[in-house]
Amino acid sequence: MQRLTDPCCPSCTHTPSTPCVRFVTCRTEGPLCHDDPACRARREELLVAARRERIDVAVVTVGTGTCGRGAGALKVLDAIVRWSEASGRPVRIEETGCIGLCTAEPLLDIQVPGRARLFFGNVRENQVVRLLDTVIGRGEAAPRALGQLAVTGATAWDGVPGLWDHPFFAPQHRRVLARCGTTDPASLSACLADGGWRGFSRAISGFTPREVISEVESSGLRGRGGGGFPTGRKWRFAQDTPADQKYMVCNADEGDPGAFMDRAVIEGDPFRVLEGLAIAAYAIGATEGIIYIRAEYPLAIERLQAAIAELTACGLLGQNILDSGFALRMRIKKGAGAFVCGEETALIHSIEGKRGMPRPRPPYPAVSGLFGKPTVINNVETLANVPGILENGAAWFSSVGKDTSTGTKVFALSGKVVRTGLVEVDMGTPIRTILEDVGGGVPHGKAFKAAQIGGPSGGCLPTRWLDCGVDYESLKQAGAMMGSGGLVILDEDTCMVDLAKFFMEFIQKESCGTCIPCREGSRRMLEILEAICRAPDTTDNLATLERFRGVTHLEHLAGVIRATSLCGLGQTAPNPVLSTLASFREEYEAHIYERRCPAGVCKDFIEFSIDAERCTGCTLCARKCPVGAIHGAPKSPHYVVPEKCVRCGACRTACRFDAVIVK
Amino acid sequence: MNSADLDALIGQTPGGDPSQLIPLLQKVQEAAGFLSREALDAIAGHLGLSPAAVYGVASFYNQFRFTAPGRVHLQVCRGTACHVKGSSDVLDTLQRELRIQPGQTTRDGAFSLETVACVGACSLAPVVVASGPGVGSGSDFHAAMDQEKTRSLLTNLEQVTECNA
Amino acid sequence: MPMINVNGKSVRTEPRETLLEALRREGIRIPTLCHWEGLPAVGACRLCVVELEGQANLVPACATPVVEGMRVHTHTARVVDARKTIIELLLSNHPDDCLYCPRKGTCELLRLATELGVTERTYRGARIRHAKDVSSPSLVRDPEKCILCGRCVRVCSRVQGVGAIDFTGRGAATLVAPAFIDGLNVSSCVHCGQCVMACPTGALTDARHLRRVTAALDDPDLTVVVQHAPSVSVTLGEYFNFPPGTDVDGLLVAALRRLGFDVVFDTSFTADLTVMEEASELVERIRTKGPLPMFTSCSPAWVRYVETFHPRWRDHVSTCKSPQQMMGSLIKNVWARRRGVPADRIFSVSVMPCTAKKAEARRPEMLTDGRFDVDAVLTVRELAELIVSKGIDFRSLEPAQPDHPFGTRSSSGKLFGATGGVLEAALRTACFLLTGENPASDLTALRDTDGVRELALQVGGTELRVVAVSGLAAAARVLEEIEAGHLAPHLVEVMSCPGGCVAGGGQPHGQDAAAVATRMQALHRLDRGAPLRFAHENPEIRALYEAELGEPLGETSHHLLHTHRGGGHEA
Repeated sequence: MQRLTDPCCPSCTHTPSTPCVRFVTCRTEGPLCHDDPACRARREELLVAARRERIDVAVVTVGTGTCGRGAGALKVLDAIVRWSEASGRPVRIEETGCIGLCTAEPLLDIQVPGRARLFFGNVRENQVVRLLDTVIGRGEAAPRALGQLAVTGATAWDGVPGLWDHPFFAPQHRRVLARCGTTDPASLSACLADGGWRGFSRAISGFTPREVISEVESSGLRGRGGGGFPTGRKWRFAQDTPADQKYMVCNADEGDPGAFMDRAVIEGDPFRVLEGLAIAAYAIGATEGIIYIRAEYPLAIERLQAAIAELTACGLLGQNILDSGFALRMRIKKGAGAFVCGEETALIHSIEGKRGMPRPRPPYPAVSGLFGKPTVINNVETLANVPGILENGAAWFSSVGKDTSTGTKVFALSGKVVRTGLVEVDMGTPIRTILEDVGGGVPHGKAFKAAQIGGPSGGCLPTRWLDCGVDYESLKQAGAMMGSGGLVILDEDTCMVDLAKFFMEFIQKESCGTCIPCREGSRRMLEILEAICRAPDTTDNLATLERFRGVTHLEHLAGVIRATSLCGLGQTAPNPVLSTLASFREEYEAHIYERRCPAGVCKDFIEFSIDAERCTGCTLCARKCPVGAIHGAPKSPHYVVPEKCVRCGACRTACRFDAVIVK
Repeated sequence: MNSADLDALIGQTPGGDPSQLIPLLQKVQEAAGFLSREALDAIAGHLGLSPAAVYGVASFYNQFRFTAPGRVHLQVCRGTACHVKGSSDVLDTLQRELRIQPGQTTRDGAFSLETVACVGACSLAPVVVASGPGVGSGSDFHAAMDQEKTRSLLTNLEQVTECNA
Repeated sequence: MPMINVNGKSVRTEPRETLLEALRREGIRIPTLCHWEGLPAVGACRLCVVELEGQANLVPACATPVVEGMRVHTHTARVVDARKTIIELLLSNHPDDCLYCPRKGTCELLRLATELGVTERTYRGARIRHAKDVSSPSLVRDPEKCILCGRCVRVCSRVQGVGAIDFTGRGAATLVAPAFIDGLNVSSCVHCGQCVMACPTGALTDARHLRRVTAALDDPDLTVVVQHAPSVSVTLGEYFNFPPGTDVDGLLVAALRRLGFDVVFDTSFTADLTVMEEASELVERIRTKGPLPMFTSCSPAWVRYVETFHPRWRDHVSTCKSPQQMMGSLIKNVWARRRGVPADRIFSVSVMPCTAKKAEARRPEMLTDGRFDVDAVLTVRELAELIVSKGIDFRSLEPAQPDHPFGTRSSSGKLFGATGGVLEAALRTACFLLTGENPASDLTALRDTDGVRELALQVGGTELRVVAVSGLAAAARVLEEIEAGHLAPHLVEVMSCPGGCVAGGGQPHGQDAAAVATRMQALHRLDRGAPLRFAHENPEIRALYEAELGEPLGETSHHLLHTHRGGGHEA
């Protein structure tokens, strides 16, 4: 089957070895090199096909990103195949990345010829038959559709709201995610038909590298990986450093616990990330692009590999790209699992095959980086923003957001929230909008406690900061930071001391061990937190004294770690403690002075018992108890033996009468 | 994995280039399941590095292991979202049921347990990922785990590994 | 010349230097633990942090280049408190057994804790426990005392090109260890001891032979013979407040006598003997086109390095035993017979600037007739400790002379203590062997503390090309050059430690380039004014050949003075 990227007829001479500067526009608006009505018609036809504006058979698109697969999307895919075979109706099945509404996975959309695309969430394997029977078989809109997506020239479904009007999507502004979940991430044709690689074509044919950088600088784009450093300025440093070889690195080693933006963007739209990488490489004069990606993301790696191969095959990567003289090779380096490799110099060491230990800066990587050559490292989302700037201009980009925080930001919304998923909003959007409108609030009627933003180095924002906008400055003012985009919602059942302990444990484990303040200091801080959460030791009088002494050292230690650590990970290592301490001091005090955990999480401070009034003696809890700590005769109230109880909570989960009490 | 296979595998990577170390370690581990002393020595020799340097790099990263994993390798996600949704209870349950600590393999070689920082599937929290020959190719994500589901997961997997053993 | 402001005072600095260099030149003491001269800054210990105006965080002086107009504060309350906290954090994971530590007195951590006024245990917590590694014949590794400054790792891999140890694990579980955290004995360690020199604490120390020696000295049935290496007399004095480079030869002999050693010989005598054998071996190899270039064999770490890393060059290493082993062999086989002492009643001790000598003495080929030639090897450090522990006031001793017949040395033998010295001594004698005349001038071109020195000279109508190299990474580069055909020397002298034995792994701890240079100059000064400057003119050497050995490379020499590693001289 002819694809959009293929030549229309033998008159077309574009190949990777005989490149044509107008390749991208030729494919989408051409042919440009010769005038042949037949060819123009053919191009038009291919374009319409790539955009799926005209289809012959029904198309079912299943979101098969990692979230989708985790929720069972591949089983759904099989069920569709089986339905097609059983019903004898031909169905074209396409796969796509994550659309963002992860709670609704497995998610699919059905497009029958001449009609808009209908989206359905939480589709179980056993619901496939009825769904396809209704929509494809009978041509009716099945109930409980999430929404519909208009297709040019196709009729909309009656009574079905637009997909983008869904409360999850309505407040969003999808730029980076524009193609995620609706377009085939494996098809370059679909990408080009949607306007992909136009930014690159414009840059390479109409802009000098210096002009590209000026454009990016005036757009106000800042690093989306955490630091928020102006992207254009970083590029300029590298451009200004003369060298025989430069490297452009895409940092996709997404290590923040609670963040999955990069994975979803790469799985959903690898071409956009690669386009940004290619523009950046052109701007700084790099001939090699490296994508440093977590090995735990096999699907993202697979999609990147396929995308690189396809781009190379049609001459968008390789030698003399689009006859510009610019050459670019791309390769993938799989990270091996070390959070600290998000730090630039550690990442460079890792690519060089060394232990990922940061080194002091200067020299900065833009001057002396990978193998001693000028190197720019940008995160996935940063690069995914670049094509739009080159395609539509700096003014378009900065038309949304706030003064020093232009554009949009992608967040991974998770935790205690009704709708979890991938969210892209304008910079400056209040957290409340993300929590309540996009996320649908806290489930089970529980009270909101805090929003944890920015990963381990970030902070926890309590209710009084809910109207804080998500932009670099406001978040800093609130005592948090943008970070890479992890946004975890916490409710009343979350213990903030336990959370601080969780993050310290993470930081302590992920510290590279090079510098003393981070290595030894974070360990001591963790021990102090552990002592706070541990049951009083009645046999050791000194233990209490030590616990208090530890608490008095916490803030001083945090100050020294922050001021003296070698890298960003170390300098922000005390943040989990400082930020929870700032807003939830009373929870700490309850642990320290009253030896009590208000959220009922810290196991040393809680006790399980059974309310004899409510217990029916059904014996379910006793059967579920893994350690045999619950006794009682059938049909009479049970009781917990505290010495045996491991406080796992299995009984509480099991009890149908709310008889298990935690104090 | 015998030494001829190992040498052949290592030989596919050009020698003498230390920047190939991590990809080569990944390749060998993928084929052999873990990194043996012999493998590390062979890799060191091939790339012109000292065995201490190779071990130093391998032991730095979470991905590498130096003992054989179980037929089912269980990874418990310890990301933030998983933590606030109770992954520590899931981990406790696995430790209690399997009687091993993270990083260890059960004596019968059926299960190995590991914690991972974040598998990037936060919306499925808490997540347990099962992989290895005991579950076929690829890896299975088990979403929204609790103690009850963890125990039944183990029961199911035990039946599978017994069949495959 | 960037001008910076330090503590309110203008300071002129050199372009491209670091703040640390500028501050130290200015006479401001900035504490460091991970800094090592000549290696790139790693910024790990953070002790050298200073306050830099305009920066919120403190910056490490070792890794911050000077920039015009910088305003620096080196000892504000905040800075001093941060440094103290860092030391306190290190101490919170450190054993409290300073009283029993071999490094008490020379421990940098203890010194810094004292300087920064640490008087109580501020941070308490679990200590990470590790077992001691006593598997090596030369070194002891005690990971609990390791502060992970990484100096040993960098010296081992970058200066020595060995890489026997590296960081393993991560975070608080980081550990400096050989691969798989095995013992040093199964690693590629060559025993050079440069890691011990670099270690600021007691994490890397000598495999101590002191107890063995004191026990032997206390045993009335044993004749305890001691030898001391050429460089020992110019470094030992540093432990007794003599300036570096003071030759305390007479005091050293006196101290050894006072300690109860029955006989004191000078290893420089067997250095002369080595010259005779090695020069002859070279002439022989040139004549028979034996494996060339020939490498010297005095430095045991080098020999082990060749065996471990470059086995194809093994036959190129001279078959001569090192001076220590020649002396050991002579003592138990010649001297014992002459004195009528049964060899198994002799306890032979050497004092060496070297930890590898401890391992060398235990090599299987160092057995003559089933007995080890040398029973115990003391480093200079151990000897100083022994002298102090026996209450000897070193400075007030009356200088004494060594015993004979192995006590007379030429100054050539003494030159063995510094890089280039073995070549210089051997070439003097080779010249005599080839031309019948002593060379007219000294080969000062070979005298330098570092790098690779090449020399081509005409000896009796033939060109003799030699190379002197110290440091094993430099030696590896020389091997590469030879392999590539860029170098084609006849003789290559390799000393494992950068600078030679005066900077050997058994010398006073630490890194002091000035001291090393002074020690080296002291050896050259001794040579300049010496009445006896040629090994072949040493009367005791001549007497030994006449009475016992016959001629160099003769059968007895072969039995007593050469190893049989499979060189060209087996037949």
